[in-house]
Amino acid sequence: MAATSAFQAACHAYRRDLVLAFRHWGQVAQPLVFFVIVATLFPLALGPQLGELREIAGGALWVAALLASLLGVELLFRADHADGTLEQMLLCGQPLAVLVLAKGLAHWTVCGLPLVLLSPLVAAGLGAPTAANGTLVASLALGTGILSALGAIGSALTLGLRRGSLLLGLLVLPLAMPALIFGARAVDLAVHGDSARGPLLLLSAMLVLAMTLAPPAVAAALRISAE
Amino acid sequence: MNSFLAMGGYAAYVWPCFALTAVVLAWNILAARRSHAAARRVALRRAAARTGP
Amino acid sequence: MNWTWFHKLASPPHAYRIAARLIPWFACPAGILIAAGLYGGLVLAPADYQQGDGFRIVYVHAPSAWLSMQVYATMAAAAAVGLIWRIKLAHAVAAASAPIGASFTFLALVTGAVWGKPMWGTWWVWDARLTSELILLFLYAGVMALRASIEDRDRADRAAAVLAIVGVVNLPIIHYSVYWWNTLHQPATLTKLGKPSMAGDMLWPLLAMLLGFTLYYAAVLLVRLRGEILRRERDAAWLGTEVAR
Repeated sequence: MAATSAFQAACHAYRRDLVLAFRHWGQVAQPLVFFVIVATLFPLALGPQLGELREIAGGALWVAALLASLLGVELLFRADHADGTLEQMLLCGQPLAVLVLAKGLAHWTVCGLPLVLLSPLVAAGLGAPTAANGTLVASLALGTGILSALGAIGSALTLGLRRGSLLLGLLVLPLAMPALIFGARAVDLAVHGDSARGPLLLLSAMLVLAMTLAPPAVAAALRISAE
Repeated sequence: MNSFLAMGGYAAYVWPCFALTAVVLAWNILAARRSHAAARRVALRRAAARTGP
Repeated sequence: MNWTWFHKLASPPHAYRIAARLIPWFACPAGILIAAGLYGGLVLAPADYQQGDGFRIVYVHAPSAWLSMQVYATMAAAAAVGLIWRIKLAHAVAAASAPIGASFTFLALVTGAVWGKPMWGTWWVWDARLTSELILLFLYAGVMALRASIEDRDRADRAAAVLAIVGVVNLPIIHYSVYWWNTLHQPATLTKLGKPSMAGDMLWPLLAMLLGFTLYYAAVLLVRLRGEILRRERDAAWLGTEVAR
């Protein structure tokens, strides 16, 4: 029997995570609901005037997406750590960074993508014009990818710790601030009808950096945490 | 001397900054020494327990 | 080339002893330089053309900000050495550096904010450099919190090391992003919280303070390092005789 290639192992990991996520889709839906709830907090706190909300829509959407991603990233390793699959991954001889990348992509498909697709609806609630939706979706697609990568690092480092979730936020949020700055700015520009090419390109660059550097960091963190 | 203390009217800003600096410099020294002393106490106790009764 | 001296350095009992001997060599010059810098900055330097005597805060703000970043870089470098070559002493250096760096970040923030009040009229402005310092404080807090949350010292050291390295890679990105974000919303004429352009009389005390603070960090690091070495060598045989001295 031929040995499994890294690519095959990665595909397997990706499919497995998707199947498991769909079995527990209630868990997966929680970050999504959280996103909508947090976005709803802004009109309640600041007043129902859509004109005013439009001014903060970019920032509010991105903060909500950031917090929801943080919540969702816990799903990445917790189940595998609990049932021993993580140890198997460490021992199986496949490059861990590749498996991590596959798991990260699966996680984004299940947590990030729905959020991105839901965002125009939530944005409309904050007074954003439909013309801004293209940039909104693009910025959040890139942003949730970056957040998944950073969150994976935090999640791997805090694996199995008591009150790990709180610590996770403390670790990941400062690292996510650059993405927040450019992402919110992109949406803000779009809401006002300007081109958001600059911030979107920067976000793309950050995503490439995150996807390249995060998997090895996550792999190192997993080895440290799982011993 | 008085004009020195007055710092051209900025005394309320300048002196607290220098005072805080002194506090931070002092705290670093004290905390470092306390940390070493505590670690030393533990190490001595454990060494004594090993060669103990 | 005989590398024994290098390998000896990484040996904890040797490092413990050498650290003790080195401390006065850093502490004394640090004290002299800081005293000279304070005298030069507070007494000798002429008042600034624009900011009057208020600018003198730079003599504690700039060295603190400089040190906050220098210590983080040192901590990350030590963390990398500890991870790659598995040298416990390097992890001890990283662990010892974190609280020192965090305290100077805090000092830089507060002195920066207080300096801003007479210049800008408010106790806090989202100035690029102050915001960067604030995020740096969060990064320090994260590393210290992570290390404190893990009971196994070895795992704690290595997890904190990974985080410190991730942080140091992010630092240039954070600096750039915050600077860019800051220029977006400010009218061009707003004066920045920068060092006023300095003539010789004003400059040398600043350099003295910078160097003095750096040597001070080295001295305090060595003191903390001794404690960290002891904690990591809990049950080693050399402890009994060495520590009782």
